[in-house]
Amino acid sequence: MREDPALYDYRSWDERLPIRWPDGARVAFWVAPNVEFYELDPPPNPIRKAWPRPTPDIQGYGTRDYGNRVGHVRMMELLDRHGVRGSVSLSVALCEHHPEIIDMCRERDWEFFSHGIYNTRYAYGMDEAQERAMIEDSVRTIAEHTGQKCSGYLASALTHTERTLDLFSEAGGLYTCDLFHDDQPTPVRVRSGEPFVSVPYSLELNDTIVYVVNRIEPRRYGEMIKQAFDRLYREGERGGTVMCVPLHAYQVAHPHRIRAFEEALAYITGHPDVWVTTGREIAEYYVEHYYDQAVAKWGGGDSGDGGNGA
Amino acid sequence: MALDPSYLKYQHRRYGMDHDRYEWSMLSRRDPIAWPNGARVALWVNLAVQFFPLNQSGKPFRPPGGMSTPYPDLRHYTLRDYGNRVGLFRCLEALDEAGVTPTFSVNAAIADRYPQLLERLNRRGNEVLASSWNMDTLHHGDMAIDDERELIDRSLATLRAAVDQPVTGWLGPARSQSGNTPDLLAEAGVRYMADWINDDMPYPFTTRHGELIALPLSLELDDQFIVQNNLHSEWEYADQVKDACDYLLAEAESTGHGRLLALSVHPWLMGQPHRIGAFESALKHISEQTGIWSAPAADIVTTWSAQRA
Repeated sequence: MREDPALYDYRSWDERLPIRWPDGARVAFWVAPNVEFYELDPPPNPIRKAWPRPTPDIQGYGTRDYGNRVGHVRMMELLDRHGVRGSVSLSVALCEHHPEIIDMCRERDWEFFSHGIYNTRYAYGMDEAQERAMIEDSVRTIAEHTGQKCSGYLASALTHTERTLDLFSEAGGLYTCDLFHDDQPTPVRVRSGEPFVSVPYSLELNDTIVYVVNRIEPRRYGEMIKQAFDRLYREGERGGTVMCVPLHAYQVAHPHRIRAFEEALAYITGHPDVWVTTGREIAEYYVEHYYDQAVAKWGGGDSGDGGNGA
Repeated sequence: MALDPSYLKYQHRRYGMDHDRYEWSMLSRRDPIAWPNGARVALWVNLAVQFFPLNQSGKPFRPPGGMSTPYPDLRHYTLRDYGNRVGLFRCLEALDEAGVTPTFSVNAAIADRYPQLLERLNRRGNEVLASSWNMDTLHHGDMAIDDERELIDRSLATLRAAVDQPVTGWLGPARSQSGNTPDLLAEAGVRYMADWINDDMPYPFTTRHGELIALPLSLELDDQFIVQNNLHSEWEYADQVKDACDYLLAEAESTGHGRLLALSVHPWLMGQPHRIGAFESALKHISEQTGIWSAPAADIVTTWSAQRA
């Protein structure tokens, strides 16, 4: 085991490349709906239990299934009203289980990225060949069912190995949502040597973390989103920032929660100089305009030994 | 280190669900449901009439709200018993004031322990649905089917003998089920169950003894979940209920499809003197809206069933 993931170099917030987003936008804003399938009775993983209650855990399962049966449509119509295209963090088996949901995302020209096969299958304990097979399956499934090249990755249930990002880069990936160290994209060191970046996702503003872990009130969640935006918008004058709101329809799309979220979304999209975009577009724009500069300035990105403290 | 190769096999990766209990179906694509008198939202307020035994087994897990300090946990035993003595009557006064019809989910042990309470509920004429024997008789996968059948049959028989109504609804303690529960419920003459929380409307559920109706009792909007689990204030609870009511009314209006507002209320919690005002405020808001049909759970199921294609 390593003391440090050795994926990126240290850089302080006051010593940044002055990123300019398209049309002079201060904030690149993206919304990442997690479109997930959880299995009722998945095979056991030696490191992590899928459900807290004995099988069948209909409470855990039913909570998630609500998103597919009820929530996604509400969330999609809400995002439509505010001109937001989702970047879908996809349990790719959902392409087979619920193709209707995939079709609705495609009609909206949403991006799809890989969130593994099922959110009840974990990378913990996989050897390299297994994890590669799982990642390649997910990339292939997205291509087959959506026609899109999968650019982004968020490990299923955030379960990682030391090789996860290397393997995703080797499968043709461009960006990861798995790292939470910054409010701007940063180069990530992968063994392929290909450009690979971290696009800020968020745990703090992730509705599941908000509602399940931190148990926050729905209206306060709306306030948190607005406060985060205000600060990133202000700082974005000095250098473009990224703001992501990761969503789960099974959380945010409940009748007692969705209005407060919509108010926050309306607040953000009502501002000028906000680039409402997707994860892939942020990653591509950054790689095209800033990646080489960032790597040259900070000395890293393509070798395994240049890290801070190495 | 590697995982067993079966971990990368996906046995149920196919169209629809990964089990055969119900069909995959999106709420937005179903046929519209109309409630009586042009109502847009059916309101089901479920009051939990519960018995938490002092000698809780806690197996296979501690029931939420159950005993949690070393035996004898007088603190939690009596706090829960407060609901049956005081809180329930406070909640009923609030509901009556707002003109809202309650449904009672009752642990059958109440019939043995507090027959006078069950008789009071019976005389009110509100629906009683069965909630197993007590809060510690959890239904779970490691339960022998014969034991579970006996538990279900005993609970239903006890309640059916105690009240002047058929008792056709079921809510498991902590919404718990084994893989056999739906089959056993259907076999015992239950029409609908409230344990599955995956929808905002009723839907058909397959069993080995014919069809059941799943009538989801929202967990995310449950008072115990919001106030006790999430530690939100009672006024935050009231705001969430109001927001849900407003949203469902608007969704029913815009889609032309009836919706369901299912409130799970625990008298030992919301019936406390410092919380009841917030509960009243939520009820007042609901009762001031037009287009709400306050009804017993069984009537909602019947009305829904009559409109199925």
